[in-house]
Amino acid sequence: MICLEQVERVFQVGEETVYALQQVDLTIQPGEYVSIMGPSGSGKSTLLNILGLLDRPDRGVYRLEGLDTTELGERKQADIRRHKIGFIFQFFHLILRLTAAENVELPLTLAGVAAGQRKARVAEALDRMGLADRARHRPDQLSGGQRQRVAIARATIMQPAIILADEPTGNLDRASGTDVIETIEGLNRAGMTVVIVTHDPELGKRTGRQVRMLDGRIEDDLRRAS
Amino acid sequence: MKIDDTLGFAFRSLRGYPLRTGLMLLAMAIGVASVVLLTALGEGARRYVTQEFTSLGTHLLIVLPGRSETTGGPPPLLGETPRDLTLEDALALLRSSAVRRVAPVMVGSAPVARDGLSRETVILGTTAAMAEVRNLSMAQGRFLPAGEASRAEAHCVLGNKLKTELFGNTSPLGRFVRIGERRFRVIGALAPKGQSLGVDISDVAIIPVASASALFNRVSLFRILVQARGRDAIPRAKEAVLEIIRERHDGEDDITVITQDAMLATFDRIFKTLTLAVAGIAAISLAVAGILIMNVMLVAVSQRTGEIGLLKALGAPGGQILHLFLSESAMLSLVGAALGLLLAGGGLVLAERFFPNFPMAAPAWALLAAVGVALASGLVFGVMPARRAARLDPVAALSRR
Repeated sequence: MICLEQVERVFQVGEETVYALQQVDLTIQPGEYVSIMGPSGSGKSTLLNILGLLDRPDRGVYRLEGLDTTELGERKQADIRRHKIGFIFQFFHLILRLTAAENVELPLTLAGVAAGQRKARVAEALDRMGLADRARHRPDQLSGGQRQRVAIARATIMQPAIILADEPTGNLDRASGTDVIETIEGLNRAGMTVVIVTHDPELGKRTGRQVRMLDGRIEDDLRRAS
Repeated sequence: MKIDDTLGFAFRSLRGYPLRTGLMLLAMAIGVASVVLLTALGEGARRYVTQEFTSLGTHLLIVLPGRSETTGGPPPLLGETPRDLTLEDALALLRSSAVRRVAPVMVGSAPVARDGLSRETVILGTTAAMAEVRNLSMAQGRFLPAGEASRAEAHCVLGNKLKTELFGNTSPLGRFVRIGERRFRVIGALAPKGQSLGVDISDVAIIPVASASALFNRVSLFRILVQARGRDAIPRAKEAVLEIIRERHDGEDDITVITQDAMLATFDRIFKTLTLAVAGIAAISLAVAGILIMNVMLVAVSQRTGEIGLLKALGAPGGQILHLFLSESAMLSLVGAALGLLLAGGGLVLAERFFPNFPMAAPAWALLAAVGVALASGLVFGVMPARRAARLDPVAALSRR
């Protein structure tokens, strides 16, 4: 479903040219549970941004479900993000002035789903995250773990095929981190493809496949026999 | 994204920053209110002047002896007059079908006395037609009776102030006053009317024109007031007046005819231009409010980069983000304009309470223009921040906390 061929991403930092990604080939099958690990500056976040169509490769081809995304326009890419990809961020990126329910509702609102339909889906999603009683709370009234679960509810409300998570536990204590990871693994079991960027080796060990990156290249790609 | 959702989202983000939103609304409201109030002031001045002129009487032509050679200059009130205007000249004007009434006016000054009280007063010699021509209304008694204009009847009508000075609160009707060397019976008193274009009509004694002629020992009239049959008849009446007098004055054009409507039209033009100019100046404050909106929206965009990045990650294309931010500016300027109209309305009510004689009123076009300019400046100045938001790179926007 995800297929990168010879992808390169170059940044110009002052005089220097930095290769964030070099000749990356990566194929991810539907339903896989992948972690991308590596030290800071190894290009793992850039890789995730390209997978999420937030960034474009300078060279190479990115095919998503057989569709070459590198040629698509901004509008079309936004459309794919809306329907096929769900993002989970380290800093949650909840809108503080909106309630938990409204934050979860946002993708539906942006997609133009009718208000009546939205309410039911939001309530269901919050319920699944065990946050039904927190629907009317605002993010600053929630704990870190609750905030990330609101963010997960938001990422999954459009029922995307792919979940991209950037350090989802990086800002959480151990207990709620485990909680969040179990929630994400639940999504994977339900059939979603999950890609997690992390530098927590504990978390890496849990995934079915571990991609290690160094200096913009894929260092090794281990599959756990399951 | 549906329109009501776009507006709802914009509304909530405005409500999320109450201080900033409040300040921008204030700026917009002050701008709109100042446009409306200043326009109302100009319009009020125009109406005031129109009112003053109408109180002189309607469809009025003023015939002055002497001729002004330059057009548009003030009529020659002083100076040589080649030939006197006489009572006969005045009465001859009634021959024209365009003329309804003619009131000759002779002006002089004489002491008016009753018992021991004496007062130097302006004496107007005229005829019964004066009451209709000048819209004079009576407080007591009646005006000069209609009749032969050349008969020097010994009765008079007193202006309100003069009546009070001489008779206090007692009725002057049937009493006698001495004007110059003659005795006149008081037959009426004018209702208070106040200042009317500089002539204090309350401080005069009005006597028949023939009596005035005898009193001042002269035949020349100060002016002749002519009332035309209607607004359309005014140009014809003017022609007729010029022709009749020319005929009687051996073919000499030695009079000046001023039409009240011409003066009115001039003043009307002047005040309309003035109103527009003042409104234009006030509109600058709207532009300033627009720039403030731009400034604050730019700050908002840079404060909300994370949110914009998130919206992009959630699948909002640049166009949608542009709409969201433009909706915010449009909402700000509309709500600000509405507040401004309320503010202006309050100001007008206050002004009316303190200056009841000054007819301040905001014309409808000013209201529409103020709101239109407010909305336009909000949108025009909102475009730049909105475009900046739409073009943000989502990766950079999300990487910042």
